[in-house]
Amino acid sequence: MHSDLTPSPSALRPLRSTPSIKVENISKNYDKVVALDNISFEINKGELFGFIGPDGAGKTTLFRILTTLLIPDKGIATVEELDVVKDYKKLRKILGYMPGRFSLYQDLSVEENLKFYATIFNTTIEENYHLIKDIYSQIEPFKKRRAGKLSGGMKQKLALSCAMIHKPEVLILDEPTTGVDAVSRKEFWEMLKKLKESGITIVVSTPYMDEASLCDRVALMQNGKIFSIDRPQNITKQFNRTLIAIRSNQMYKLINDLRGLENTYSVYPFGDFLHYTSKENKINANELFEFLKKNEHKDVEIKEIEANVEDCFIELTKKAEGVQRRA
Amino acid sequence: MKRFVGFIKKEFYHILRDYRSLLILIGMPVVQILIFGFAISNDIKDAKIAILDNSKDEITQKLTQKILSSGYFILEKNISGTGDIENSFKQGKVKQVIIFENDFGKKLKKEGRASVQIISDASDPNTANILVNYTNAIISSFQMEMMKSQVIPFQIIPEVKLFYNPEMKSVFMFIPGTITLLLMLVSAMMTSISIAREKELGTMEVLLVSPLKPIQIIAGKVVPYILLSFINAVTILLLGYFVFNMPFNGSLTLLLSECLLFLIVALSLGIFISTFANNQLTAMIASMLGLMLPTILLSGFIFPIENMPGWLQVICNITPAKWFLIIIKSIMLKGIGLKYIIKENLVLIGMIMFFIAMSVKKFKVRLE
Repeated sequence: MHSDLTPSPSALRPLRSTPSIKVENISKNYDKVVALDNISFEINKGELFGFIGPDGAGKTTLFRILTTLLIPDKGIATVEELDVVKDYKKLRKILGYMPGRFSLYQDLSVEENLKFYATIFNTTIEENYHLIKDIYSQIEPFKKRRAGKLSGGMKQKLALSCAMIHKPEVLILDEPTTGVDAVSRKEFWEMLKKLKESGITIVVSTPYMDEASLCDRVALMQNGKIFSIDRPQNITKQFNRTLIAIRSNQMYKLINDLRGLENTYSVYPFGDFLHYTSKENKINANELFEFLKKNEHKDVEIKEIEANVEDCFIELTKKAEGVQRRA
Repeated sequence: MKRFVGFIKKEFYHILRDYRSLLILIGMPVVQILIFGFAISNDIKDAKIAILDNSKDEITQKLTQKILSSGYFILEKNISGTGDIENSFKQGKVKQVIIFENDFGKKLKKEGRASVQIISDASDPNTANILVNYTNAIISSFQMEMMKSQVIPFQIIPEVKLFYNPEMKSVFMFIPGTITLLLMLVSAMMTSISIAREKELGTMEVLLVSPLKPIQIIAGKVVPYILLSFINAVTILLLGYFVFNMPFNGSLTLLLSECLLFLIVALSLGIFISTFANNQLTAMIASMLGLMLPTILLSGFIFPIENMPGWLQVICNITPAKWFLIIIKSIMLKGIGLKYIIKENLVLIGMIMFFIAMSVKKFKVRLE
């Protein structure tokens, strides 16, 4: 019997659908380097879940734990109710995994690679062709070409096809769009959206903040910690400062001048503009305009904008660092 | 099973598409056996010598004739004084100088004894040793001939017979040695490299996260190389038989099955290396240092084990090549059957079990 005051997690489970992935207090160290620091989260079935964070945030380590390749130092992780340590054999049958590095055989042709992965999962291309049709049909004209000779985008499509060919229940993609051109990246995400419709859980990591808005939910990661998990819209809503985009004819001088201002909270380049926030919540655009004019800036353009995920990320890391410094 | 066949098929694609490596793998035995067979030889002929004859009588003339007609020596020059001896060595052409003392013939007839001095260039000790032995043998046989005319009460005449290799051809030594070396290198190095390559390229990650069992991954890596190494072994045997007239006295079936046994030893060693080598370079260096050197130096291939200090002989015993060399020489040259080489076979089988057990224990189903 469970006491009413401290219900066990299993007692809570029937209340809502079981999560596809459940991670509780996972930590992982490499020698003295902390890769994951007490991480917990849940991912629902059929969700497209993104891990966003810079290189070294711990995304790959986390994914390797979820794919049974690493054992966590502490904590419990289950995927489809299978423990990643104890039930690794069963789990490997239902996982589709695409590692960060391009990990197909360069000296095999497109078709041979796909065939190989189909065979080792005891299936055939024909049997599950419908799953990969949208993706694979794009590279099928090149099926006799060696994988090593494909372009970056085509390699990713092939890798995704290979990870999908055995109809996995959970698809784990480690930085699938890194090193891929903008058009292919867009296509890749459209494919993920389509795959999601077939009901599989998709977990993606990416260093590109702009891809976050394409996920159902995202977790922002840095230094082995998750500091926010939410829908992308909600994350941007958390941004409570006025954000201003500024441009002039001397961008470098502009950064220095703005940083020199007493009220400046943050300035960082973002595309053609600088994103600027002030310590005070209201920003007087005219005052700023005059200030820049005085400092010999021409063609000055100032506009208020909505924060995107990257702005939030920078804001949140800044806050987290501030907390650490105070502590 | 279908998985396994698919995996092997993939391995063959890798091997066949990397045609440069394949060419080396197939061509290496041929080149190596030809080099070992023709170029590296312990047999010496036509060594250049100089003679300082202080006596110049009938007997020294006859002895000189006998030495030069043996086929081992060529007279580079006659020298006239002791001062020239060192000079001729320094010029580097002459390997040995033979000096007859004054009144050699007279002394021999009167006193029954005379001296001849043999000076050898021992900067290459093996050659010097062999040349001195040759010269000694010629002089003693000359002595015997001379004594035939006289009656000597006691006489011991050794009659030497060289079994299994009557002409003492060193190529008989090199062919078994090369087979050993190549089977070891190709099998162990190539398997360890090909497993390490999967780790290096990251494909191992995907293989691990698949229902393939570790044993299937390993066996799939090994099977193609068994075939390739076996082709190599047969090539070398054919070359030995047709080019170097190496005798095949024993059973061919036994010989080939012993090759197969040794192949498996080498492969299990390769697998063992790959359990700790994470990239191709480590795998290659470990196989080279760990396998090639012992196989050449400590197997009795080039240096006789009997002459080594005790502790080194112990190390020789853990070199698989030593045992295989005994087996293969016994079969090819002596033509003996399985019952005489049971001990060696058991040692090899023991090694296979040890390495497989270690590999299975060390094989990582994860990344660390």
